[in-house]
Amino acid sequence: MIDLSPANRAARRAAIEAAAKQRILVLDGAMGTMIQRLKLTEADYRGDRFKDHPVDLKGNHDLLNITAPDKIKGIHRLYFAAGADIVESNTFSSTSIAQSEYKLEHIAYELNVAGARVAREAADEFTAKEPNKPRFVAGAIGPTSRTASISPDVNKPEFRNVDFDTLREAYKEETRGLIAGGADLILIETIFDTLNAKAAIFAVDEVFDELGYTLPLMISGTITDASGRTLSGQTTEAFWNSLRHARPFSIGLNCALGADLMRPYIAELSRVADVYISSYPNAGLPNEFGEYDEQPHQTAGHLCQWAKDGLVNIVGGCCGTTPDHIKAIADSVAGVKPRVLPARERRLRLSGLEPFELRA
Amino acid sequence: MTNENNPSAPPQTAVFINIGERTNVTGSAKFKKLILNGDFDAALTVARQQVESGAQIIDVNMDEAMLDSEAAMVRFLRLIASEPDISRVPIMIDSSKWSVIEAGLKNVQGKAIVNSISLKEGEEKFFEQARKVMRYGAAAVVMAFDEKGQADTADRKVEICTRAYKLLTEKVGFPPEDIIFDPNIFAVATGIEEHNNYAVDFFEACKRIRTTLPYCHISGGVSNVSFSFRGNDKVREAMHSVFLYHAIREGMDMGIVNAGQLIVYEEIPKDLLERIEDVLLNRRPDATDRLLEIAEQFKGAAGKKQEVDLTWREKPVRERLSHAMVAGLDAWIEADTEEARQLSDRPLDVIEGPLMDGMNVVGDLFGAGKMFLPQVVKSARVMKKAVACLLPFIEAEKNKSAAPAEAKGKVLMATVKGDVHDIGKNIVGVVLQCNNYDVVDLGVMVPCAKILEIARAEKADIIGLSGLITPSLDEMCFVAAEMQRTGMTIPLLIGGATTSRVHTAVKIVPNYDGPVVYVPDASRAVGVAGKLLSRDSKPAYVAEVQAEYTKIRELHARDRNTGKRRTIAEARANKAKIDWKGYEPPVPAFLGVRAFDHYPLAELVPYIDWQPFFAAWELRGRFPDILKDPVVGEAASNLYDDARVMLDKLVADPKLFASGVIGFWPANSVNDDDIELYTDGGRNAPLETLHTLRQQMHRDGDRANLALSDFVAPVETGIKDYVGAFAVTSGAALDDLAAEYKAKNDDYNAILVKALADRLAEAFAERMHERVRKEFWAYACDEKLTNEELVAESYRGIRPAPGYPACPDHTEKAALFRLLDAEAKAGIVLTESFAMLPGAAVSGWYFAHPDARYFGVGKIEADQVADYAKRKGMTLADMERWLAPNLNYDPVKRDAA
Repeated sequence: MIDLSPANRAARRAAIEAAAKQRILVLDGAMGTMIQRLKLTEADYRGDRFKDHPVDLKGNHDLLNITAPDKIKGIHRLYFAAGADIVESNTFSSTSIAQSEYKLEHIAYELNVAGARVAREAADEFTAKEPNKPRFVAGAIGPTSRTASISPDVNKPEFRNVDFDTLREAYKEETRGLIAGGADLILIETIFDTLNAKAAIFAVDEVFDELGYTLPLMISGTITDASGRTLSGQTTEAFWNSLRHARPFSIGLNCALGADLMRPYIAELSRVADVYISSYPNAGLPNEFGEYDEQPHQTAGHLCQWAKDGLVNIVGGCCGTTPDHIKAIADSVAGVKPRVLPARERRLRLSGLEPFELRA
Repeated sequence: MTNENNPSAPPQTAVFINIGERTNVTGSAKFKKLILNGDFDAALTVARQQVESGAQIIDVNMDEAMLDSEAAMVRFLRLIASEPDISRVPIMIDSSKWSVIEAGLKNVQGKAIVNSISLKEGEEKFFEQARKVMRYGAAAVVMAFDEKGQADTADRKVEICTRAYKLLTEKVGFPPEDIIFDPNIFAVATGIEEHNNYAVDFFEACKRIRTTLPYCHISGGVSNVSFSFRGNDKVREAMHSVFLYHAIREGMDMGIVNAGQLIVYEEIPKDLLERIEDVLLNRRPDATDRLLEIAEQFKGAAGKKQEVDLTWREKPVRERLSHAMVAGLDAWIEADTEEARQLSDRPLDVIEGPLMDGMNVVGDLFGAGKMFLPQVVKSARVMKKAVACLLPFIEAEKNKSAAPAEAKGKVLMATVKGDVHDIGKNIVGVVLQCNNYDVVDLGVMVPCAKILEIARAEKADIIGLSGLITPSLDEMCFVAAEMQRTGMTIPLLIGGATTSRVHTAVKIVPNYDGPVVYVPDASRAVGVAGKLLSRDSKPAYVAEVQAEYTKIRELHARDRNTGKRRTIAEARANKAKIDWKGYEPPVPAFLGVRAFDHYPLAELVPYIDWQPFFAAWELRGRFPDILKDPVVGEAASNLYDDARVMLDKLVADPKLFASGVIGFWPANSVNDDDIELYTDGGRNAPLETLHTLRQQMHRDGDRANLALSDFVAPVETGIKDYVGAFAVTSGAALDDLAAEYKAKNDDYNAILVKALADRLAEAFAERMHERVRKEFWAYACDEKLTNEELVAESYRGIRPAPGYPACPDHTEKAALFRLLDAEAKAGIVLTESFAMLPGAAVSGWYFAHPDARYFGVGKIEADQVADYAKRKGMTLADMERWLAPNLNYDPVKRDAA
């Protein structure tokens, strides 16, 4: 049984904050890549409970939190064993919006509870074995498949297939589930539309109000290509200006790019953001078969250099990375001093797609 | 491309923010009308213009009783979100209704400003709204308004703002730097004694708020202060400038201001300034009366010619030079320059001192969107004239003194071979010179070899290519390839009306490994050149542009494969369905050609379409509204005044006249896409075959795949139809006149003459078409259209020009010119790229059928191009080269003939 008492929660929070001050924290790597290795069948995804579900469920990784929790826990264990301090719950697509594609919107809350719980159980096992290195769970909130700032129909630029309030409701449900399942942090990740992220932040804040306490919030955006912008068009600094009101534990970038291409944007965030910086790139760019070829020592080489250059506080991997990558990363950043938070002058900083600053 | 994708580029920073106010239905009657009419496209244009003219934040307000304000706010913000040119700046969501503000906040991904919240409805509401503002991630304007009402005295303003500040920072946890106080600007000089101190109260409140409440900001709606002088814009503008001058000194750092209508504090006439300050600073009891006394003499003066104020002539020569530069006045420049030279140790000191100082002010104002292109070009004229006076002295001194100040770099510019259009290029040249670049302008029709040779000889740092007609696009690719072959590495800039970012990325860049940058207009040229020549910023900038162009190429490749297309056979089967049965074509008054030499320019003036004239000067807006535009209105009216003066001069000059030729021939369409012209009414002897291109896009419903041949009766109908043609020019003498101005260092008038020559040629084409409809083809004898209707082309029949969308093949001009004998009859010749010389010329076909309309052929497929080449007797490679901009495929690389 996991301990969800206020005292335990406070102790774990203090432990995270202390750890982040001391060292560079390591996140896990890809969940999807590891699940694919298991070569699961449609029947595995369905389990007993969904054997008569009307639509195909293979590929709905988050469902495995309910139908194959031991397999998911096994992957979490591999990452903890590789040296991860924090694993992400397997809940990237556990909003009702994303699950509606499988006609499973009604179990969104349950998916989040189950996803956070299996991750937390794995974390507690490792913490018990190595009390000096407590392990944590970040409740992962993905972007959904819809965007609040971009019209899916080029001929109707004012059209949206989702709005702020719909997103907000879905994110609230997800957040409640993650916290009930024992998540230590909330991680809003792979943000390609900042307005979606603003809805998620709004939702998380509302849930914190309901509960009467908060958890540390991690935010991670996605710069889609070498244009240096999010899919919704913002530059890195504009992205930070849009989200800093969340007063997050960390801000960072993940996905889309390999470490080599991500560096300038991490450097930029590191310069402008007065919170911890996280970074978990893909294992390079996919080859023509959609596979990632970058070897563990290569990814680790980049991240280790960033660490030495004082750019990051939290590192890990996204698509294509494996426990081997995480082990190489954890080994390479061990002993490297974490980035020191920069002090920034208080100024009115706004943003459109680009940042704007009013000099004092 | 000026936006810094570059991650390390600094954000836009400012010490005083001008907030654009034109997307506000309560502030702009024009915008309100657009929104009420549901014309959101035009409304977006207003937003875009604001950003283009320098607004750092745009205020969006939809508070109008006739509107569903929430829906309008959401729709407009969503539309803005899909326009990166606009959405790059932050938004101020402005409404007196909280529900509208909240709807707005749910539709901006950036960090916006809410305008406004206040203590008007008590602390509870205030807390609730402030918390939501924070949660949505916005900053807020806080009005000096509480449960008792709006603050008028300094004490009340400070009291409310202090209370709000404490509540926000201590109770809500609101970041103080995100608080923007609006301490209420009220009207002064109203005749009511209690109002006399309102401005003083505001200034005092600004000072106290900024000193006691750390990190906060102060904003306000400035135009309120001058409310009692409605109708007297000159006095109002001066009051706004003076008000801001004092308010900014006391700490106001943001304002909803019409930047285009502010006059510079120092430029306000002394007597007016004194009396305005008496009012604003409440310095004497009779201040209002004294301002009213002299206000009348300024009334109606704004934007119009006013009594020339020559007080600046009494200042020291240094200041006079600077003033002349900024104001673009060249009347005294030679005398002043000479005076300054005599006072200086070296003639060069005059250039490096007062002249450069003045030019720097101009550069800054232009960069900040406070001066516009025509004004800059005028300033440049003053500079050039002054430099010309100094040059002989500098030359004389050269032997004994050091080299002159180093230019930032040398830019070689040319309009490419076969093209004669150079207005845009000349403007870019002037702007670059203003910014201390050495410009080598090779003129028009410059062959590639010459560009490369001179670039090497002159050690140019950058080459800039310009062109207007589509074949020039191909020539630019060739120049790029030659630069590559000869081992050049310097940057290549591409500009001109038909060039585009996509064409540059897809067609030009692959030919050259050096940096290639598309420059959309003159105002971007300086930034681009600066980045390319700076050792620090060049690598990042080049990488950024390359990345952007790579993306464009990928998108382009992807785009092309999508969408259903029609084969040429299918397209022909879907040609325009015209019922020829019973159609009786009008018969022209004559067959063959008729020349009109010595055509009076005066007759053409009323037919001028002014909008493109302003566009040539990068002033965007509809004519005549543009003359009253709050931002560019002043620049536009001054330019218009100058243009009218020049036009009067041209019209009065007996040596200047237009010439043209028109013709009509019996004609029928054959084999769907060709038009056969005959020498005689019996239609036995073919004279010439015109070849048309047909649309191949997928069409829904009844919409046809058009070709121009569809508008001429097919030969098999037996109907005797006709086709006409024309070629007109406003005259080669205008080019000579422009050259004369240029030789006199007067780029402003040189560009003005060329731009007017273009307009007159277009006006001639319009006038001639009207006469064709009424007299020569006479199918619309009783047509009565205003100039606006003419511009809107609301008449029967069309006059499409080869090289333009309906008939994009420039080589058809060969047949057109043969038919018209245009060289002999109108003095117009064709270059090897089929550009017309003189450049101010228009030519095209006349079609009279009531269904004839303008259309764009768009992209065409290989099957049609092969067939078309065969019909024209040209090789496929040649055909593909001429039609390159229209090909929907990448031609196989062949050795071009």
